[in-house]
Amino acid sequence: MTVLLGSDYMGKDDFILKAEGVYKSYRMGATEVKVLKGVDLTVKSGEFVAIVGASGSGKSTLLHILGALDSPDNGVVAFGGRDLSRFSGGELNRFRNKKVGFVFQFYHLLDELSVLENVFLPVMVSRSVVGWFACRRWAESRARELLVQLGLGERANHKPYQLSGGERQRVAIGRALMNEPRLLLVDEPTGNLDSATGNGILDVFEELNRAGQTIVMVTHDERIAQRAGRIITLVDGKIKN
Amino acid sequence: MYKIVLAFRYLVKRRITYLAVLAVALCVFIVVVVMTVLTGLVIDFRQKNHSFAGDCVVGTESLVGFAYYEDFMKILDGKDFVEGISPVIKSYALVNPVGTERNIDVEIMGIDPVKHSRATGFGQTLYYRKDDVSKAFEPAYDANLLGCVIGIDLALRRDSEGRYPYGSGPTEMALAISCFPLTAKGALAKGGAGLVNTKTFYYSDNSESGLARVDGSMVYLPFEQTQLLCGMTGPVKRVNAIHIKFKPNVRLEAGCEKVTSLWQSFRQEKGGEKQAYLLEKVTVQGWKEYRRGFIAAMEKEQTMMTVMFGLVGITTVFIVLVVFYMIISHKSKDIGILKSIGVSNWNIITLFSGFAFLVGLLGSGVGVFAGWLFLLKINRIEDWLFERFGFQLWDRTIYAIGDIPNQVDAKVLAVIIVSAIAACLVGALVPSWQAAKQKPVETLQVTQL
Repeated sequence: MTVLLGSDYMGKDDFILKAEGVYKSYRMGATEVKVLKGVDLTVKSGEFVAIVGASGSGKSTLLHILGALDSPDNGVVAFGGRDLSRFSGGELNRFRNKKVGFVFQFYHLLDELSVLENVFLPVMVSRSVVGWFACRRWAESRARELLVQLGLGERANHKPYQLSGGERQRVAIGRALMNEPRLLLVDEPTGNLDSATGNGILDVFEELNRAGQTIVMVTHDERIAQRAGRIITLVDGKIKN
Repeated sequence: MYKIVLAFRYLVKRRITYLAVLAVALCVFIVVVVMTVLTGLVIDFRQKNHSFAGDCVVGTESLVGFAYYEDFMKILDGKDFVEGISPVIKSYALVNPVGTERNIDVEIMGIDPVKHSRATGFGQTLYYRKDDVSKAFEPAYDANLLGCVIGIDLALRRDSEGRYPYGSGPTEMALAISCFPLTAKGALAKGGAGLVNTKTFYYSDNSESGLARVDGSMVYLPFEQTQLLCGMTGPVKRVNAIHIKFKPNVRLEAGCEKVTSLWQSFRQEKGGEKQAYLLEKVTVQGWKEYRRGFIAAMEKEQTMMTVMFGLVGITTVFIVLVVFYMIISHKSKDIGILKSIGVSNWNIITLFSGFAFLVGLLGSGVGVFAGWLFLLKINRIEDWLFERFGFQLWDRTIYAIGDIPNQVDAKVLAVIIVSAIAACLVGALVPSWQAAKQKPVETLQVTQL
C-alpha cells in the first residue's frame, strides 16, 4: 500500500476538512429545491467517513461541495484550515488536481485513453509539455504500480470499454490516487456493481484507509456504510444526530 | 500534453470528426481550384494587356491625335531608361473584302512593325512573320503588295479545341479599307462626295494577342499609309499614341514618372506652336491605367469570386460550428471529468481549439492535395469530358484561352490553409467557450441531488 499512498500525511488528530452551515438549493423550473439546509461536518485526517442518506437527500451535492466541484449558497467549507471560497480559480484547479481525488459511481473514465493513460491523466494535466516529458517515466511507472496493486496490471493497455464495471471502478480509484491526494471523495462506488465486485472495491478503500488515506464516501446503502469508520446520516438536507 | 493527446484522439476516434474534416477539405478543394484557375486567367489577361500596350503610353483618346510627336520621340530616344518606342495611329474604318459586298467595321492601327515589336509584344502575336517582323506587311504571295495584319478572330474561326485552322501561308485576299480623314481641328478633311479615304491592302499575316476584343476587331496597317488614310500627314504630322517600353531594370512607376516629367517639359516648350492645343489632351499612362477599362472588368470578376468564397468560408465556419456543437455535446462528460481533476476553463477552450486546429489542418491538407491533383490533371479531364460528352468549361470558340491555368501559387495556398484553420478555430470557439462554462456537477451527477 506504500505505492498507493504518499508520504506526507497529517497526524490522525488533525482536521482535514470542515464544513459549517452549508446551504445549497437548486432551481427546478419555477420551484426552488433546498438540498442542503445547514450542514456541519468535520473530517479528521486518516478517517473513513460514510455519508448515508436516501436518494435526493443531498449527499452527492454535499460531496461535490466538499471537493470544490460546486460551491455552497451559504456556509464555509475549509480544507486544511483554508476556506475554499477564498481560493482563486487556479488554486481551485490545483486543489482538485492535487489535494482531492474523486471516485464516481459511473467511473467517468475517458474512452479515448487507455487504462494506463486514464490513471496518469492527473499528472499529465498538472504539467506542461516539457514538464510532462521530464516526469513521464516516473508517472507511467507509478500508474503501472497502482494498477498492479489494484489487480489490473494486465489491463494497462486496454480501453475502458473493454473492462468490467469493477475493473473500471478500480481504474477510477487508481486515477484518484495518482497525485497522492490528502482526501479521497467517493460517490456511490458500488452503486453500479454486483455485491461481490462491490465488496472487492470496498476492500480496497478499507486497505487504503488502514494505510492512512482519508476517505469520505457517499452511499445510500447502510450495509456499505458499515465498512467506514464513522457514519453520518443525511436526512432532508441536514445531518441527523 | 494531455490536450495534444486528447485532441488527436478525438480526431482519430470520433467518426463525426471526419464530417468536419470532409467539410473543410471540400471547401478548401473548391477554393484552391477556382482561385487558381481564376487567378491564372487574371494574370494571363494582365500579361496579354501588358504585352499589347507596352509599359507606358503617351496618347490621346481623340481621333485627331497630337502633333510634334517626332520631337518628343527624339527626346525619348536619348534616354537610358527607354528600350523601345513606337508611334501609333488609331482609328476606325470599314473593310471591304474586294469582290464582295460585305463591309466590316474594324479598328485600324498604323504601326511600324519593327518599332512596335520593340515597344510591345506585337511581333510575338504574328503567325507567319514571327521570325522576321520587318516583313509583317509583305504578303508572302507578292512582297510588292501593301500588306495588312488582321486580328486572328476577324480572319479565322477557332475549332472546338481552340485551334485556328492556319494554312501554310496567308490566302491572297485584297481588302479595301476606308476611313474618314480628319483635320487638326477635328473636321472632316475632305468635302463633297468623297468624304472617305480608301486604300487597298493585302492580307499578309494574322495577329493573335489573346485579347478577344483586339483579335476580333483590329487590323494593323503600315504606319505611313495609315497616317495618309487618317489625314494625319502634312506639314505637321500627327499620331494618336506613342507606346514605350522601359529597360528591364526600370520600375514601371518610376519610368512613367520620368516620361510624365519629360512630357510636361515638352508641352511647355511647344506651348507657342500652332497645334500646341492638341497636346493638352495627351496623357501619360502606365499600361495598367491605359488598359484599365478592360482589366477592371476581369478584376471585378475576381473580386466577386473572392466575395463568393468569403461566403464559402462563412459556410465552413457554420459547418464546423454545427459539427463541434455535436462533438462537444457528446463530450460534456469528458469536460466534467477533466474539470474534476483540475483542468481549467481556459485549458478546456484550448483543448477544443487544438482539436479544431487539427481538423482545419487535416481538412485543408486533404483539400489542398486533392485540389493540386485535380489542377494537375484539369486540362486532361476537360479534354476527356469534351471527347466523351462534348463538355467544355470554357467554349474555345468563344473564349480566347488555350489551356486552363493550373499553376498553383504557394502564397494563395498558404492564405487558403491559414483561412481554413482560422475558420475552424472560429467555428469551434463558441462551443468550446460554452463547454468551458459548464459546471462539472451538471455533467457528472445530473440524476442525483
